[in-house]
Amino acid sequence: MRRILTASLLALSLTAAGVAQADPVKIGVITTLSGGGAGLGVDTRDALVLAFKKSGNTDVELVIEDDAQKPELAVQIAEKMIQSDKVDLMTGIIWSNLAMAVVPNTVAQDVIYLSPNAGPSVLAGANCHKNYFNVAYQNDNFHEAMGQYANQDYKKTFILAPNYPAGKDSLTGFKRYYKGELAGELYTQVGQTDYAAEIAQIRASGADSVFFFLPGGMGIAFMKQYAQSGVGLPVLGPSFSFSQDVLPAVGDAALGVKNSASWSKDLDNEANKEFVEAFQAEYGRLPSIYAAQSWDTANLILSALAKASVKDKDAFRAALKEADFKSVRGEFTFNANQHPIQNIYVREVVKEGDVLTNKIIGTAFEKHGDAYVGQCKM
Amino acid sequence: MSAALLIEQLLNGLQLGVMLFLIAAGLTLIFGVMGLINLAHGSLYMIGAFACAAVAAATGSFWLGLAASLAAAAAAGALMEVAIIRRLYERDHLDQVLATFALILILSEGTRWLFGSFPLYLDIPPLLQGAVPLPGGGQYQLYRLAIIGVGIVVAVGLYLLISRTRLGMRIRAGESDREMIAALGVDIRTLYTVVFALGAALAGLAGAMVGALQSVQVGMGEPALILAFVVIVIGGIGSIKGALVGAILVGVVDTMGRFLLPKLLALTMPVSQANLVGAALASMLIYIVMALILALRPRGLFAGQA
Amino acid sequence: MTALSRETLVSSLLVVMLVAIPLAATMAGEPFYVTLATRIAILALAAVGLNIALGLGGLVSFGHAAFFGLGGYVAGIFATHAFNGEPLPFGFAATTSMPVIWLSAMALCGLVALPIGAISLRTSGVYFIMITLAFAQMIYYFAVSWPSYGGEDGLSIYVRNSFPGLNTAQPLPYFLLCLGVLIAGLVLFQLIKGSRFGTALEASRQNPTRLAAVGIAPFGIRLVAFVVSAMVTGLAGALFADLNRFVSPSMLSWHMSGELIVLIILGGKGRLFGPLAGAMVYVLFEYALGGITERWQFFLGLILLGVVLFARGGLLGLLAGKAHHG
Repeated sequence: MRRILTASLLALSLTAAGVAQADPVKIGVITTLSGGGAGLGVDTRDALVLAFKKSGNTDVELVIEDDAQKPELAVQIAEKMIQSDKVDLMTGIIWSNLAMAVVPNTVAQDVIYLSPNAGPSVLAGANCHKNYFNVAYQNDNFHEAMGQYANQDYKKTFILAPNYPAGKDSLTGFKRYYKGELAGELYTQVGQTDYAAEIAQIRASGADSVFFFLPGGMGIAFMKQYAQSGVGLPVLGPSFSFSQDVLPAVGDAALGVKNSASWSKDLDNEANKEFVEAFQAEYGRLPSIYAAQSWDTANLILSALAKASVKDKDAFRAALKEADFKSVRGEFTFNANQHPIQNIYVREVVKEGDVLTNKIIGTAFEKHGDAYVGQCKM
Repeated sequence: MSAALLIEQLLNGLQLGVMLFLIAAGLTLIFGVMGLINLAHGSLYMIGAFACAAVAAATGSFWLGLAASLAAAAAAGALMEVAIIRRLYERDHLDQVLATFALILILSEGTRWLFGSFPLYLDIPPLLQGAVPLPGGGQYQLYRLAIIGVGIVVAVGLYLLISRTRLGMRIRAGESDREMIAALGVDIRTLYTVVFALGAALAGLAGAMVGALQSVQVGMGEPALILAFVVIVIGGIGSIKGALVGAILVGVVDTMGRFLLPKLLALTMPVSQANLVGAALASMLIYIVMALILALRPRGLFAGQA
Repeated sequence: MTALSRETLVSSLLVVMLVAIPLAATMAGEPFYVTLATRIAILALAAVGLNIALGLGGLVSFGHAAFFGLGGYVAGIFATHAFNGEPLPFGFAATTSMPVIWLSAMALCGLVALPIGAISLRTSGVYFIMITLAFAQMIYYFAVSWPSYGGEDGLSIYVRNSFPGLNTAQPLPYFLLCLGVLIAGLVLFQLIKGSRFGTALEASRQNPTRLAAVGIAPFGIRLVAFVVSAMVTGLAGALFADLNRFVSPSMLSWHMSGELIVLIILGGKGRLFGPLAGAMVYVLFEYALGGITERWQFFLGLILLGVVLFARGGLLGLLAGKAHHG
């Protein structure tokens, strides 16, 4: 894989003459390309590769490896990329627990890491780092937005999430902005596949709505079973279970669900139109939010490369921090902890012809940062 | 907490148990007859789900998908048996663990190769959508009742097959004395292939039935495999009756644990903390039960003659 | 050449390779290969630990990841508390000194292995495989949901723990340290194997009835073997956490238990250098295949299958002829 990609980018460099720049830039991409979570990694990789290809920048070389969603393997690959491939930048990790394994040691070795998806609170607060840039979101953001949005219509929400740190962050984030009463609060098992017991409790709780955060297969299972159960209360959630990569698997059960995200394919700006068209033309499928964030990551890197050499770390970091690129999410700036300040939208799952997708129905937050920036001493 | 909710949760536990029995039945059959630890059982379950989802998507019929899942899993099982598994019967459990561990890797990535990286869509058939009223004012989903029904049919069917048919007689004979049955002129190689394919088909059936409730994706077989092992070990390996009892025990304990532990703990600590601790304990509960049972009955509840 | 001496030759070659490659890599300015060799040494040590129970005693533990992970958590928890300047639970002082951490990891794993072994050893065969798995799963789920030490996200070790007189932050000294511990583990394995205890242990695997007839209860011997085995694997876990500067519940997962078993069978069960051969081949395949194709797990599966079907006695069996044990 790695070699093929290098070769194709090199071939590209031969055709696009005249834009020769000084130093080649090596970017290490660790992402999940095998196993159950591969869909997210494939979208991340595909958007990244496409963005660099489109840019015509010939100096970028990508080193892509599969972490199989195993923290130990991700650590090993990171060491290899830093010590052996001598990469200048790293990106690609999808999952918080893998980010926690890789990021602290990577940034400590003075390699810049740009997160295209995960945003654990520790890395936004006390352990923020000058070499760590989060181009996606802080983990709490989408949940906070849903809490904020729930205030409009609901007074008694039932909330549930898996019993692990991201799940606790999720419910904490929701409660941070939600003002109503909780009909119930549940932590489910990590990897749980049957939710009959939880759905029975929702039915009995007298709730007027349900908020859930169950990434991956857990969310697909929950949504299907929830729809089949006929409970019928309105469902709210972060976009992860309603993103383009899983919507086909959830099916009509997802119709009408309100979900929060920093991006949607119908977001009205030039960069986004170009991105959605290019991605669809190249891969024959609609992009997911992971693809969008990855595309932004690539364009952020390109914008910084245009201003500074990657060898001059201080200048390059400063260039990154300016975030002088056209984000598919519209306005995008970095906070003091190098996490995004961006709008968080509320979307609804709709059907366009036969295809399930999302459309924006409102804005939960404008120029929203995160709750941990105060703890970051940088 | 109302009585209706309690009844519904008990039913949920029973239903989860029957679901686990469907997954575990083939595993315990294969172990009972051939003495083989098949870690790839979860992969056969996955193959069933994928076959059902693919055929249902192409034809629009869940029922054709269900038939396809049986056929695909049985075919994959027979192929595996003839090509690989057959060489492992005489080996110790360690070699079986390694070989079938390797098969998990091959089948998972092979499936991803064929079907891509994204989860597939599979819904319950229109015929089984909706709910039926329960006594006491509650209601229960038809499809989940259907799973309970299929589980009972499989349990009874296996019981009749083993106790009443010629094939069953040979299986029982094969369990107790392999040389004897070979001496009597029964083709033990074919018998084993048939049993393995039957076990695989049961896994495929479970994959299709359960897949309609869950996410059809690569890796879906692994949690199912671990739970199936817990079930058959509690019940006594090789015993169909044990698998059924073990499955229902695990299903009910797990469901009631998830439901009641946070509520019980809330009597002694703040609610939000009780939710966290209760969920943590609930996730460990079935393993605690399993350890307890094995500590008291080292060969499970219904130890077979194996 | 006899089988025995050929095995000695192949084994010596393995050790020479394990030492020579990192030295050459350091000189060539490729420190990553030192890291890779360190990983091999540590995984080999974990498998040497398991091999005491599995290879000598025939106790197929499918839950040794529990000890591997617990050892890792000891290293992680010590490092975190020392980093934050807080004392450990129960008032112990936190330290970053590896010898203390190692002893603590071994002590903890021994203490945990004692009840697990005592209960599990009441069973045998497949039941033993599965009950050890059950205990490991309990600890796994506990670690995933216990918030104090990171839960599923795991625990970062910001500065690698220290060893008197060595700069452990550098790849080569840390490799040599791990190599030293691995050699100590191998010596321990050989001592056990050659001792009266080891003879009794092997007898308990091959013929428990006869052992009982000469007045030795297999239970006690097996329990000691299980506990020692857990302690060695726990030590390896502490080293592994320091190598990655990270520990998480995935070190406790059943996949990790499976991998440890794979290492042993791959190399050759019950052989002194089997775990080393297995770890070397497994890690190198994982690394090489991962660099070539994203379908690497498919091919890794094919290779493992090939070994189990056609190379009975593992790679050492293939290279060095029939096993001299058993």
